Amino acid sequence: MNMAWLDYFRRPGSGAASASVAKNRLSIIVAREGRSRSQLNYLPQLRQELLQVLAKYEKIDLDQVSVNVESQGGCDVLELNVILSEPSAVRRRGDSSRHSPFFSEAPQESSRW
Amino acid sequence: MGYRTVAIDFDVGLRNLDLVMGCERRVVYDLINVIRGEATLRQAAIKDKRLENLFILPASQTRDKDALTRAGVESVIDGLKKAGFEYIICDSPAGIEHGAHMAMYFADHAIVVTNAEVSSVRDSDRILGLLDAKTHRAEMGMDPVKTHLLLTRYSPARVLKGEMLSHKDVIDLLGIEFMGAIPESPLVLQSSNAGVPVIFDPTNEAAQAYLDVVHRFLGEDRPQRFLEAPKRGFFQRMFGTNNETSLAAVG
Repeated sequence: MNMAWLDYFRRPGSGAASASVAKNRLSIIVAREGRSRSQLNYLPQLRQELLQVLAKYEKIDLDQVSVNVESQGGCDVLELNVILSEPSAVRRRGDSSRHSPFFSEAPQESSRW
Repeated sequence: MGYRTVAIDFDVGLRNLDLVMGCERRVVYDLINVIRGEATLRQAAIKDKRLENLFILPASQTRDKDALTRAGVESVIDGLKKAGFEYIICDSPAGIEHGAHMAMYFADHAIVVTNAEVSSVRDSDRILGLLDAKTHRAEMGMDPVKTHLLLTRYSPARVLKGEMLSHKDVIDLLGIEFMGAIPESPLVLQSSNAGVPVIFDPTNEAAQAYLDVVHRFLGEDRPQRFLEAPKRGFFQRMFGTNNETSLAAVG
């Protein structure tokens, strides 16, 4: 039976608005800024290099580092989001054999500025 | 439009353009034959049966890609210019391999064709980076290759529902000049089945959209026509089948 009539009662946009998810994902990885005017053409490289530095201290993968730029009012905000790995990593923090100066300062799961 | 035009298939090993254009049975010599001096351009270029001024230069199907040298491509393009061709279309293979590099190397304009899908958009971004760096114009410090964006398989109804990136999203992401969107149409598959380009059916929306794009490329100012979803009436909304979803599944 054709249930298309049920769609009528669905609010527009109440379904998964996957297009905006796609746009957010792409805006981080696309290097377009390098080609046109903006000065923030280093984002993909910054992300890559940050990852390399972080990898020295913590086991971390690419999905756990996000770099984003948002315009708020008159100014651009560079947002950096690093999600530290699972509780096993937290436990290791007490372990003096593993030297982890970068993260020992940050008790919370994600550091954001 | 009447311009003397030739389309070169750069997808060495995966010859396709002749099939889409419906001239696969008339292929005798190919691009690699010409580069190796085994055939002349005149022998290899296939004249289209429908348009007086259109020729197709097919890719080879079997040979090794390395035969496609930069000097060889340059001599082919020079030969075509001397033969009086006004537009030389280099049909690039997908990806960033040697064939794509050769197709873009001598370009003045690049039409980046993508659909509104994350992986295609990212690949387009990558290709745009290469167009800025790895072309004759870039290496000689000339004006960069002029880039144009063409969106295909576009479905305004799905954009409205938030299921598909809009043309504005893709323009924002890629930041290049927008030429137009080709609406998703079942006729595109039927056209390639028949070997007759979709543009030859002027009643079809995809054909009209392609024609608009050609006019825009040639400098004419044409309003965008296929970016809005058609309004559906009350009964269509209540009982209509979900056309756009079924179309998306085709090819």
